[in-house]
Amino acid sequence: MSVRHRKGLTHWGPPLLLISPSLILMGVFVYGLIGVNVATSLTDEHTSAQSTGQAPVTFVGVQNYNDLLRSPAFQHSLRNLLLYTAVFLISVLVLGFIWAWLLDKPVHGEGIFRSIYLFPMAVSFVASGVVWRWLLNSNQGTSASGLNRLFQMIGLGFLQNPWWNNPNWGIAAIALPAVWQLSGYVMALFLAGFRGIPDELREAGRIDGASEWKLYRHVIFPQLSPVALSAVIIIGHMSLKAFDLIMSISKPANYQTKVPAVDMYTLKGSYNFANAAAVGTILLVIVALLVVPYLVRTARAEKNR
Amino acid sequence: MTAIPAPTAAAEVLKRRPGTAPTAVVPPGAKRFGVARTLRYLLLLFFLLAVLIPVYVLVVTSFKGPGDASPDRAWTWPQAWTVDNWRAAWTTLSPAILRTVQMVVPAAIISSFLGSMNGFVLSRWRFRGANLVFTLILFGMFIPYQAVMIPLLKIMLGMNIPNGIPSLILLHVIYGIPITTLIFRNYYESVPAELIEAARVDGAGMLRTYRSIVLPISIPSFVVVLIWQFTSAWNDFLFAVFFSSSQNGPVTIALNNFANGALLQNYGSSMAGALLASAPTLVVYIVLGRYFIGGLMSGSVKG
Repeated sequence: MSVRHRKGLTHWGPPLLLISPSLILMGVFVYGLIGVNVATSLTDEHTSAQSTGQAPVTFVGVQNYNDLLRSPAFQHSLRNLLLYTAVFLISVLVLGFIWAWLLDKPVHGEGIFRSIYLFPMAVSFVASGVVWRWLLNSNQGTSASGLNRLFQMIGLGFLQNPWWNNPNWGIAAIALPAVWQLSGYVMALFLAGFRGIPDELREAGRIDGASEWKLYRHVIFPQLSPVALSAVIIIGHMSLKAFDLIMSISKPANYQTKVPAVDMYTLKGSYNFANAAAVGTILLVIVALLVVPYLVRTARAEKNR
Repeated sequence: MTAIPAPTAAAEVLKRRPGTAPTAVVPPGAKRFGVARTLRYLLLLFFLLAVLIPVYVLVVTSFKGPGDASPDRAWTWPQAWTVDNWRAAWTTLSPAILRTVQMVVPAAIISSFLGSMNGFVLSRWRFRGANLVFTLILFGMFIPYQAVMIPLLKIMLGMNIPNGIPSLILLHVIYGIPITTLIFRNYYESVPAELIEAARVDGAGMLRTYRSIVLPISIPSFVVVLIWQFTSAWNDFLFAVFFSSSQNGPVTIALNNFANGALLQNYGSSMAGALLASAPTLVVYIVLGRYFIGGLMSGSVKG
């Protein structure tokens, strides 16, 4: 219910007063700075002398983007990001769904299972990186520790692998701690989805004589799809911004695990502000491709309410 | 598609519907100790143990001395328990932990008030383009901060805001606006309009309505938002790494340097440090878990 419109300062003055500090901050620090960042990315600001204003900066158009997108090193980062996101996203959706499905039925100690599945979410990526760096130790055989040692101990020695030290697939190992941290969150989303399905719907399906599989296919899954979409958007955008875990586990200089966010940090460190800004913009475009259609759709639905 | 329910209600949705409690009579046809049932508990236990593996490693390793360094003692109990690692971690990290407290407390409080004001206005004041404004604010929650970082570094330098905690408080407040606005707006949408209308009939303007009617009923949302902002600011690494150092930064930076800075990694003290750095957010999770889940659900934008 909205308050009906009335004209005049007394009506729109107070709400404007309440909201304007935030609007100005968002305007400047989100949209304004995105604009400045794009402008920086179109210049030749590659040195510290330029970034401190001691040397002139000139406009070079989209040259930095050209250089970046053509360089094998940056293509490698993009490929890593894609691989990381695929592993991370698919794993949390599958695990989160299975956990929610197991817990949706009457289970003794449901609260305990739920709390423990969910707790890694409260830990920072940096802190979990400390233990996962140990768990994902690449040593094998007699010098193995971490998960490789555990695999030997339980007779699964063949599973031993170099984890993030694998030059081609190392980035997928970094997704493991991310999955550990966020599967519980996806579980909570799905569980809320399961519990939101009216009993009558399930009952109606059962009375119609639908098999358990058909009940899932035609009743449960369609009801859960908005939740699944939320999970894809939230986990997807987190995944595309992957930074903390890589910094904490494998270090920024590590070629096999680098992603655009890490490149941006490294470029900034060497005062190559133009390229750092270009990487930031590329990352923004990738995230926007995922998020904007979703936000627009949500806003439309809201309007038609 | 509907707006997601208020935060506290969201925490409630995880609760079991009445009548399906575990103590309820087993549905007809299912045996008390059926195969499916046993399998379900086995799976649940397996996942429980898998999730707890890193916790075991963290706790046990943090009490191990140099005598346990050999790889074949990796998963064993400590030979001799020692608190040396904890002492070392505390000595190095305690100043950073104190700074983190000085950062998250003001950041969380200021963000909550801003979010509450925005949420109230956006839920009650349907001006032309209100939805667009809201969507534009929300987008700020999803952007990769890398896309504003370079100009942000310059602007903060230009405004002479010192690196370290002051910068970080400002950044957490600014970039916390979208999520806090979202949580409060969804909460206020669920408040009965009659309550606000009654105040208007009494002649109270928007500001007075906000202060005397809206703020007092907002406490559950404030708890959710405070916890949310506390946790995300405490765990932040990205802003911290660009705007502070281990001398003036929060605990994530100090921990990262402490754990990975040395040439030869001391896992015992690193893990004690990781536990120390995580303790505050874990305590919040354990004590106020209900609200924590509420915050998580609100983060999902729409259901």
